Amino acid sequence: MTAALPAALPAAFKAADFDYGAIAPMLIVAGGAVIGVLFEAFLPRRLRHTAQTALSLVTLVAAFVVLVTVSAQESHRGFTLARAVAIDGPALFLQGTILAMSILGILTMAEKFGGKGADAFTPMGAAIPGSAHEAAALRAGLSTSDVFPLALFSVLGMMLFPAANDLLIMFVALEVLSLPLYLMSGLARRRRLLSQEASLKYFLLGAFSSAFFLFGAALLYGYAGSIYLPDIAAAVTTANGQLEGLLIPGVVLVLVGLLFKVGAVPFHSWTPDVYQGAPTPVTGFMAACTKVAAFGAILRFVYVGAEANRWDWRLGVIAVAVLTMVVGAILSVTQTDVKRLLAYSSIAHAGFILVAVMSFDRTGVAGTMFYLAAYGFTTIAAFAVVSMVRQGGSEASHLSQWAGLGRTHPVVAGVFSFLLLAFAGIPLTSGFAAKYAAFAPAISFGGRAGVWMVVIGVIASVVTAFVYVRLIVLMYFTDPPVGEPVVAEVASPFTTAAITVGALVTLVLGVLPAQVLDLAEQSSQFIAK
Amino acid sequence: MTTLQPLAAAVTSEPAAAHAATGITAYAWLLVALPALGAAVLLLGGRRTDKWGPLFAVAMSWSAFVVGFIVWIAMLGRDGESRAMHLDLYNWVPAGSFQLNAGMLVDQLSVTFVLLITFVGSLIHVYSLGYMEHDPDKRRFFAYLNLFVAAMLLLVLADSYLLLYVGWEGVGLASYLLIGFWNYNPAYATAANKAFVVNRVGDFGLSVAIMIMFAAFGTVTFAGVQEASGGAGSGVLTAIGLMLLLGACGKSAQFPLQSWLGDAMAGPTPVSALIHAATMVTAGVYLIVRSNFIFEGAPNAQLVVVIVGAITLLFGAIVGCAKDDIKKALAASTMSQIGYMMLAAGLGPVGYAFAIFHLVTHGFFKAGMFLGAGSVMHGMNDQVDMRRFGGLSGAMKITWATFGLGWLAILGVPPFSGFWSKDKIIEAAFIGEGWRPWVFGGAALIGAGITAFYMSRLFFMTFHGKKRWTDDVHPHESPLLMTVPMMVLAVGSALLGLVLSIGGTFSSWLEPVVGGHAEGEHPVLPVPVLITLTLLLVAGGVALAWLRYWRDSVPETAPTGSLLTRAARRDLYQDDVNEAVFMRPGIHLTRALVFADNRGIDGGVGGLAALIGGTSSRLRKLQNGFARSYALTMLAGVVAILGAVWVIQ
Repeated sequence: MTAALPAALPAAFKAADFDYGAIAPMLIVAGGAVIGVLFEAFLPRRLRHTAQTALSLVTLVAAFVVLVTVSAQESHRGFTLARAVAIDGPALFLQGTILAMSILGILTMAEKFGGKGADAFTPMGAAIPGSAHEAAALRAGLSTSDVFPLALFSVLGMMLFPAANDLLIMFVALEVLSLPLYLMSGLARRRRLLSQEASLKYFLLGAFSSAFFLFGAALLYGYAGSIYLPDIAAAVTTANGQLEGLLIPGVVLVLVGLLFKVGAVPFHSWTPDVYQGAPTPVTGFMAACTKVAAFGAILRFVYVGAEANRWDWRLGVIAVAVLTMVVGAILSVTQTDVKRLLAYSSIAHAGFILVAVMSFDRTGVAGTMFYLAAYGFTTIAAFAVVSMVRQGGSEASHLSQWAGLGRTHPVVAGVFSFLLLAFAGIPLTSGFAAKYAAFAPAISFGGRAGVWMVVIGVIASVVTAFVYVRLIVLMYFTDPPVGEPVVAEVASPFTTAAITVGALVTLVLGVLPAQVLDLAEQSSQFIAK
Repeated sequence: MTTLQPLAAAVTSEPAAAHAATGITAYAWLLVALPALGAAVLLLGGRRTDKWGPLFAVAMSWSAFVVGFIVWIAMLGRDGESRAMHLDLYNWVPAGSFQLNAGMLVDQLSVTFVLLITFVGSLIHVYSLGYMEHDPDKRRFFAYLNLFVAAMLLLVLADSYLLLYVGWEGVGLASYLLIGFWNYNPAYATAANKAFVVNRVGDFGLSVAIMIMFAAFGTVTFAGVQEASGGAGSGVLTAIGLMLLLGACGKSAQFPLQSWLGDAMAGPTPVSALIHAATMVTAGVYLIVRSNFIFEGAPNAQLVVVIVGAITLLFGAIVGCAKDDIKKALAASTMSQIGYMMLAAGLGPVGYAFAIFHLVTHGFFKAGMFLGAGSVMHGMNDQVDMRRFGGLSGAMKITWATFGLGWLAILGVPPFSGFWSKDKIIEAAFIGEGWRPWVFGGAALIGAGITAFYMSRLFFMTFHGKKRWTDDVHPHESPLLMTVPMMVLAVGSALLGLVLSIGGTFSSWLEPVVGGHAEGEHPVLPVPVLITLTLLLVAGGVALAWLRYWRDSVPETAPTGSLLTRAARRDLYQDDVNEAVFMRPGIHLTRALVFADNRGIDGGVGGLAALIGGTSSRLRKLQNGFARSYALTMLAGVVAILGAVWVIQ
């Protein structure tokens, strides 16, 4: 067994190198999260919502500013923390995207709609739904302000995920980002049972997928004798044919763990249930940011660790990509709940992004990253709009309740229609530029399989476009339902800002995508040695 | 193509003739901007502008005239060769190696048009204040009028074919909107559609011409195309010329695209006067004259222009003899008069100046007569049937007098305007060798005689003879707001020709743009003989009309008439031909396509949608909500992928 160990083992023990500058953004987020926990413990209840919101925003903005500063300096690029973390172009680009989106996410979570605490979250997560305990908490005006530190911890995991250069750190990041999300999914104020069910399902299936990931990591360690991705790659290229039986299952199982997080078919089943049950701002946050982080990890694993033997396993991932696009598109047709509809749409989008990943070229990396940025901003804005549309005080998530919204609330319906058109990939929205950026590399570098994936992707886009346009038609050309009117709540400046920024980014990336595309292309080189 | 590339690169420089605009001319963009602002304010302002909107539109139109007037005066202050100025606005189409600036060419030709459009246009704006007084939608009407003026000015001021095309489409749009202004009447809406569709055919020609220019020369500016056309083959130039002519035929209602003009009279009468008589319909003539450098190199295309002009002038004249609707008769006359202009424009340098000259005088007298017709309708409960007019000279003295001056002008009676312009065209048509002068000159000569007949018929049936009024009408003179513009135009009809032709003022004014009249070219018949012949024919036409429509009584309902009369009443079966050749096969084709679409494509699409929906419903059952089933799905997926990868290996 020792014969297979490469020369990469350190010759002698030496202290790990810490490039504090390079990891400063993550440290800031971690610090902010810890302070948030202290706030929760020591601040009086009435101050917590405001203080936590402010702290989260300040933390994220500071981390973003530091990140931009750091990324301008070449000296901070490279491996750090004993090669466990790689700070390179893709890591910086994706971390920046995650930070920018989580700022919008926090803004939507802080929405109160005139209540005492954050509107989307239950006053007391620990109370049994419908119990007297819960009613008392509601009367007392309690609020769940601990979602903010939870979100920050999750952001920390997300930032670490695409930068993880070894499989253990990747696993740690995976869990750091997932555990807070499991909790946050169960904290919806209304339809508590659905929310708790979503939380439990997400947790169980997430644990299941983590097991696959760990198993795969163990197999790869057995094969390469190292958990560092560059070392695994080196072991593949210098392979002498021994232990081949460990390599392929190892790659596949690690990928299964990662593909679960992006909601690729057949590991997608949690997506609609969780998206529907989770508080809507959390859904938006997780749909956008988790996808960015998980695809970042997939990119690094595939391009740094497993690229050399891609011919052995790529067909499996191609099949997953095709299935994801087709199943996501087809199942979105019969959805009757707007959150579930967006969930299936996010599944289909994961398939489109996989097409770009499977091109195995730098432009594919750039296309993936651009797609993630474009899709994320649109998604957060879309879920923020969903959280505004209500009937009798609770969210009107059934599609029939959206009928005629274009007549009663033209602005809200107009913005939502625009975001839907972006999902459909109509020109002059970011969706079109993103689809182009994702599909072009697949055509150029993906070979015949790439071309076929794009053909299927375009057909799937047509099917999803039908779904979105049908919703637009419903909003504009159908009479509003009788009974209690469906209204779009007047949102605070927070939500309004989130929607405005999301919609503006959607527009700008659609009309003038060149700068962000350039940035993505400049940032598309992984460091592998 | 490769040999043309250096040429294309060489012609991007400015033409030597046009200097960069300075002084007031640098503000020539205001000409377009002011009426465009008026249209924007009225359309965007909505009902809030109802009260002051029409007056604002009138003010914008007059301001454009003032700017145009000052630009003209400034131009007069310079000597002939340095009068043309070029105004660069901004980089419009920055497409790699193809760069196109939006710019304005302010030269003698465009300023002539600017003065005609803004002056006549502003007068008609004023007239409309009276004519449209009681219309609930008059704000919209004035917005469209301003839009038209802006687009028309853009058309004549553009320095490239592409910018001209923008104005070209703009006037088409304004014309469409105004013809269908009373679109609650289905017939009027149909008329608007007809005008639009026929114009599309012409616009298609113009756009193809621009594409050929771009492909062959790599430039679409007037200056660039002029320079490149010097070295181009006659095949390319002929193709461009014929396509330009197709565009001109659509816009100017020339044969074979003339069928829309008669129906266009559905629009309010001021519209007929401004757009469908004085300005827009003459855009085709402008296009041909502006493109003189292309037609100089393409004699065949030039010949086609002359033929089209000759056919149309006779066609319009014949149709005009049979129409009982006063506006349609005037429309036929417009068509015929533009035929004269086309004919002149096709004759080359001997005719360009006279084409434009006739265009200007015609703009005055025809607009005046249309306004007169509007005034008559105003006093006659909006009736248009001349068989129910008669003897109106007593009731409407001002209208009678102003209309009379226009009538004398179009007849070509000296010393009224039409004599100076039309007679020159007839003379020019007789210049040349072989059969051409005899055929084209003869057509122009005979046309003058028929014109005299049908215009006199119109004049006598309306203002003289017995009163054949319906019982409920009480003819009265129109308000001053309407009659003053008519008087101004009547003065123009009477004197403009004389003033502009003293010492060949107008020809020498335009000479730097369209080239001069070479010495030594004489008509095949001596000029005095031609003038005498023309006047004799005119007198004959008037006399015949006098006999039949003044002295004899006119039946109140139209008699069956001869075969020719019946044909002329139906526009010489133009609509029937269009219907048989284009519309019916088109409808059958559409029906076949609809059938194929319903059965084949929709069936396919519907089936596909049903298939996807069915699959979706079935797949949905897998999403049963049980975490155990989800976990099983995942496990099955992992096993399947591992199995597949293992098999492939």
